[in-house]
Amino acid sequence: MELAAFAFFALLALGSAIVVVGHRNPVYSTMSLVVALLATAGLFVLLGSPFLAVLQVLLYTGAIVVLFLFVIMLLNVGRERPAAGRGTMQTWVAGVGALVFFGAMARLIWESYGEAEAPRLTEEFVATRGLAELLFTTYLLPFEIIGLLLLVAVVAASWVARRPTPDEEEEAP
Amino acid sequence: MTVPVSWYLLLAAALFAIGVFGALTRRSGIAIFLSIELMLNAANLVLAAYARLLGERSGQMVVFFALAVAAAEAAVGLALFIAVFRLRKTIDIDRINLMRW
Repeated sequence: MELAAFAFFALLALGSAIVVVGHRNPVYSTMSLVVALLATAGLFVLLGSPFLAVLQVLLYTGAIVVLFLFVIMLLNVGRERPAAGRGTMQTWVAGVGALVFFGAMARLIWESYGEAEAPRLTEEFVATRGLAELLFTTYLLPFEIIGLLLLVAVVAASWVARRPTPDEEEEAP
Repeated sequence: MTVPVSWYLLLAAALFAIGVFGALTRRSGIAIFLSIELMLNAANLVLAAYARLLGERSGQMVVFFALAVAAAEAAVGLALFIAVFRLRKTIDIDRINLMRW
């Protein structure tokens, strides 16, 4: 049962990830990123953390991806123009680099863990209550800092994206 | 039948490699950013898989913080794209060479 669910979500994630990097239309790329993120949410459930799955759906697909779509449509980003000249070489180097990275990681993972089974899922591990206790005791300071970080990010984003003043526009090349 | 944790790690490595490939080959700034989100997501999957393997919930906590940082990063990054677009009327990274020596 877990195997079937894992295979489903893993294939879905891999397939949509390939569409994300392969499709020239940014809107299609973004929509398949949604699929990849939802598949990852499914994997989070299989890994025994439904809380993370809910966060993933709410935060990533609900907020971040909407922001992406908003900017894509605001800037009217069209289809990417096809590679001009230098494209093929770059593609080969990137492809070989990515494959070498994956090969090295796969070997490392396999030699370290092989078929090691995870400990049986306990009710305590899955329950969200434990996470909440961790969040408000051990991780209280990082939690507050994250709140501050989000505030700073919002202020910075609205400052950076503001309409430029006239003399700034003159400086623009 | 239960799934060995190493399969989750392998899947995450594959997703990360796909993201690396995309970030290195795409030309549209938005597409590069999407690839980076993909890599971030793979890293989150690794953290959750280790949390499961070690039976230690701190890994899930780190994913929680990583998600919040991702939200901040997306907001600032997309704002930068809007700012660059105002100046150059494009977000094609081949034509954004302001900081290239």
